[in-house]
Amino acid sequence: MTRKTVKVDVLARVEGEGALKVVLRDGKVESAEFNIFEPPRFFEAFLRGRHFAETPDIVARICGICPIAYQMSAVHALENLLGVKVEGPLRDLRRLIYCGEWIESHVLHIYMLHAPDFLGYDGGVQMARDHGEAVKRGLQLKKVGNEILQLLGGREIHPVNVRVGGFHRAPRRRELAPLAEKLKWAREAALETARWVATFNFPERERDYTFVALRHPGEYPFNEGRIVSNKGLDIPASEYDAHFEETHVAHSTALHSHLRNGGGSYLTGPMARYNLAFDQLSALAKETAREIGLGESCRSPYRSIMVRAVETVYACDEALRVIESYEQPDRPFVPVEPRAGVGYAATEAPRGTLYHRYHIDDTGTITDAQIVPPTSQNQACLEEDLLDFIGGFSDLPHKELQCRCEQTVRNYDPCISCATHFLKLEIDRG
Amino acid sequence: MEARKPRLAVWKFASCDGCQLSLLDCEDELLAIAGAIDIAYFPEATRGEVKGVYDLSLVEGSVTTAHDVERIHEVRRRSKTLITIGACATSGGIQALRNFADVREYISIVYAHPEYIHTLETSTAISEHVPVDFELRGCPINKGQLVDVVSAFLAGRRPNTQAHSVCIQCKLKGNVCVMVAKATPCLGPVTHEGCGALCPSYDRGCYGCFGPKETPNAPSLSGWFARMGMDSKGLGRIYRTFNANAEPFRKESERHDAQDRKG
Repeated sequence: MTRKTVKVDVLARVEGEGALKVVLRDGKVESAEFNIFEPPRFFEAFLRGRHFAETPDIVARICGICPIAYQMSAVHALENLLGVKVEGPLRDLRRLIYCGEWIESHVLHIYMLHAPDFLGYDGGVQMARDHGEAVKRGLQLKKVGNEILQLLGGREIHPVNVRVGGFHRAPRRRELAPLAEKLKWAREAALETARWVATFNFPERERDYTFVALRHPGEYPFNEGRIVSNKGLDIPASEYDAHFEETHVAHSTALHSHLRNGGGSYLTGPMARYNLAFDQLSALAKETAREIGLGESCRSPYRSIMVRAVETVYACDEALRVIESYEQPDRPFVPVEPRAGVGYAATEAPRGTLYHRYHIDDTGTITDAQIVPPTSQNQACLEEDLLDFIGGFSDLPHKELQCRCEQTVRNYDPCISCATHFLKLEIDRG
Repeated sequence: MEARKPRLAVWKFASCDGCQLSLLDCEDELLAIAGAIDIAYFPEATRGEVKGVYDLSLVEGSVTTAHDVERIHEVRRRSKTLITIGACATSGGIQALRNFADVREYISIVYAHPEYIHTLETSTAISEHVPVDFELRGCPINKGQLVDVVSAFLAGRRPNTQAHSVCIQCKLKGNVCVMVAKATPCLGPVTHEGCGALCPSYDRGCYGCFGPKETPNAPSLSGWFARMGMDSKGLGRIYRTFNANAEPFRKESERHDAQDRKG
């Protein structure tokens, strides 16, 4: 009997700090633990007692990589509570700012975090010595995403311009015009990115995932839609808690999500969106997907890098559509008045569905908050990938096996900083 | 023989990763920085690791666990120059809100199994544990300032960051004062510059993400806020955000807390 342990004490090229332990016996995976050891930061606890209007600034600080996702889920949940609907140009601007975040986050992951796994480098900077043109293209493409965030949000990390009801200041049409020129270049660069990542060698590993993502009748999902799955789930965000549960395990400060009633683990993020809403991608994004050999469905997590590239093409396309049709609104926000109640929303962070729920009292003070980030939703699924796939690589020398384990985690673009604050829900007494 | 390039390490404590991301967001400068400096330890960007002593350590995040208290001493021992980046590392960050509360209650609000959670009762700045050579403020830091600090280290000069308030930056930009013109509460007069007076440029008041400036008069500003109609709850909260544990902001929020309790 041979027993091998692959341990990675500090997992590199992910956001936040985590570790990995995979135990193999006779070539079969005995156990797989993705250990999140970020110290807890207690966001749900200290949101209690804050005024609802402060929420977008506070929740942005959960994650420096995807602050817009936190801001968007928060404002939509609070608007749901306050009975406010944000429409027209303001709704479009929210799609635009989300496009910026998808572009910068996806491109960071593709070029700096994930591609080095396929090409055999320690990181993007080391990869630049041999793949200088590609890395420069990646950095410039990421920059265009960040420029959207800068213009609409004030800055790329923890933007200041998002508020419940809309924005503090809406841009003038002419402010957006220079962005359009850059986005036309970015769309081409995203297309090149898709062609580039399609040349990588992909392990042929697939699983029959339960995909979960938002589905909107008229558009590829960002901020709105019902929560759906490929196994028949179709609910509004307000029913999230009735269908999903989190359990707290000893080896991680992050909670694990499962579907209730034995529904098991599920996968959220680019692959889930792609499988559930391929029909709603723009014509160019669909064409790109076909050109690089992705079908309308993709079940190989290693190919998630291709799906991210297709979504980047889509985000450039969608950003251009918004800019071209934009008319400056009369007011940058819809006025909101506090009232007691509970509000729910889920939006699509680059790495998956992000659910928020808030209770406020009639003075507008938050009395309870629940936040379920994508990484904790994906964690059970991620460990199952390790259990399922890594045995097939057990003949590899130790160092390569370790790289394969790390790559399997990076398929998810896990954001461990996000995953450190969880909610009180079900207790796993099993 | 080519001289050895200075070795850079980037460390993370309790944080959102945003400040170290600022380094990767230097899209135009990143490859030049990587050419001038040996990125010896930076787990967010590379799995490669050069062990030993580092010429420059950038430290993000605050100290919130017993293990991190030990770890920051180890980082200091292995760093010739140690620079903290961001509000968490320089004042304890937003997670320092626990310093005003009962952390056991926080744990029970968030976690089903409180016994699995190991955390200190406080979130503190790096300088409360080890000597720090320079503190770069901001939630998040300004990446232009980060490039300047790294360049200053390489050139052996002092960083060019200014110590004045956001108000001065607003005047330099030609912004109309949001407090005077629109009666919008603004922390600009007591807040350290660095963001480029971002919030007033977006038609809102400064909310203090760069922390207190060198000689702030927060009680005076609170008087103005009170005359504008802010109650003691609001006055306590406005100082209690991303730099809540920085002394001038902490003292001012505690003063209003005490008033609020008196009624």
